[in-house]
Amino acid sequence: MVIDELHSSSGEWLKGDGPQSDIVMSSRIRLARNLADFPFIRRCNDIDKANIESTVRERLSQEDAFTTLNFFNVAKLNSLDRQLLVERQLISRELSNGDGARAVAIDGRERLSLMVNEEDHLRIQVMKSGLNLDGAWDQINQLDDDIESRLTYAYHPKFGYLTACPTNAGTGIRVSVLVHLPALAITHQIEKVFRSLQKINLVVRGLYGEGTQAMGDFYQISNQVTLGKSEREIIDQVADVIPYVIDYERKARQYLLDEKQNDLFDRISRAYGTLQTAQQISSEETMYLLSRVRMGVNLGLLDNLEIPHINQLFLRTQPAHLQKICKQTLDTDQRNMERANYLRVELKRDDTDAQAN
Amino acid sequence: MKCQKCEKPATFHITDLTGKDGLLELHLCPECAKQYLQTNEKEQEAPKISGVLSSQLKLEQTAEDLKELDGKECPICGISFYEFRQAGRLGCPHDYIFFGEELEPLLLNVHNGSEHVGKQPKRGVCDTESQTELIRLRREMKEAVQKEDYEHAQELRDRIRSIEGEGKASE
Repeated sequence: MVIDELHSSSGEWLKGDGPQSDIVMSSRIRLARNLADFPFIRRCNDIDKANIESTVRERLSQEDAFTTLNFFNVAKLNSLDRQLLVERQLISRELSNGDGARAVAIDGRERLSLMVNEEDHLRIQVMKSGLNLDGAWDQINQLDDDIESRLTYAYHPKFGYLTACPTNAGTGIRVSVLVHLPALAITHQIEKVFRSLQKINLVVRGLYGEGTQAMGDFYQISNQVTLGKSEREIIDQVADVIPYVIDYERKARQYLLDEKQNDLFDRISRAYGTLQTAQQISSEETMYLLSRVRMGVNLGLLDNLEIPHINQLFLRTQPAHLQKICKQTLDTDQRNMERANYLRVELKRDDTDAQAN
Repeated sequence: MKCQKCEKPATFHITDLTGKDGLLELHLCPECAKQYLQTNEKEQEAPKISGVLSSQLKLEQTAEDLKELDGKECPICGISFYEFRQAGRLGCPHDYIFFGEELEPLLLNVHNGSEHVGKQPKRGVCDTESQTELIRLRREMKEAVQKEDYEHAQELRDRIRSIEGEGKASE
């Protein structure tokens, strides 16, 4: 796997297939694990971190399941490459901005990422397109067993898997579902949904974690509790609530179609028009408008566009992806122009395709 | 729509769920939004732990007790309770035992439970004492190197290697 080639594909979470994929973008499970014979990251010096990285790398290379993975030495990657991996959700911002030895192992289809020396020694993550938490759990549970056969985890019978932050102790699991909720945002019902999710101890965050709430109407719904419940119970707690969220969003979409049709058509057409004609456009505005267009496609209002294509535009208009496509470093103003150019070409092509059909 | 903080068009529509008075709706231009989100994010770093901890400690501890507790240091990794309280991150697996009493109410508060019921390592729980010993020896070795006591550092390194060797042999 070559980082420079990554930007041309979509990765697992934007494939746009899998159950309920009009609203559920992806399902993700991560496990936090630490080696028993090293201090947690906060108390590690550079030598400890280098030792952890080489130990993990060496032990896992003996396990068949890991020989096909691509190891990237994150400390040696330049900031653009690191940002590209963040945009693809293959590494966290914390790993990207950290210091000392740190690494990530990724499979060719970008379903699995194994971060070394993030907040914990190991952060194992599995992603699936659409609503597929069971698939994600089966895979990550097996991977965890494979890793554990080669490395001794920090574990205590009472506290479970021991993590740097006590909020992750026990199962060390975070179950997240990434949903696209534009109609709930337009109808101002989203706060209500969030409040009810918080009441049952679920957390709602933006696309790239905390502080990114508004990014393209994408929200991650995940568990908060990791101790005192089994992995199965925690997965079910998230899985059980998602159908309700999907149902609310569908009802809001139907309401807009039935009661506010002109307004809805206007929003979507304007969004599409702006994306097709803008001369300069920020990444935030692009997300905002693409979100409207994505809903338009799902509602059959823009029948010349395909969801996987729109999903891809969300990713490829992000700063690092755009610079990889343009094959040069660009400042914000240059990016805004190149982004507009790219969108004009991409969205025009679809028009011609449609006419040709 | 205009940005609430300047005159530029608002393209960011933020619903802040963490505000003191509950929900806060903001409509901002990209620059103001960036500023808002970044400062907001910094404030949010490790918020839960320190927040929950300090409110808990205030309720249950006198200032003197708290001072004493803050000075408590893990014999294995050397982290003080004060450092943990500030950073929201523990220093090594042994802290769960060493600060067990202090952590218990925190875990209950965050998780509404304090006993693990999920998956367990297949190999069973290994010899945690020798693992903890390794963490302590590694720390002592670092300190010896810092003090330029290379002879002691080498002794420590040999002990680390021999424990690691035993571990591998038993696997």
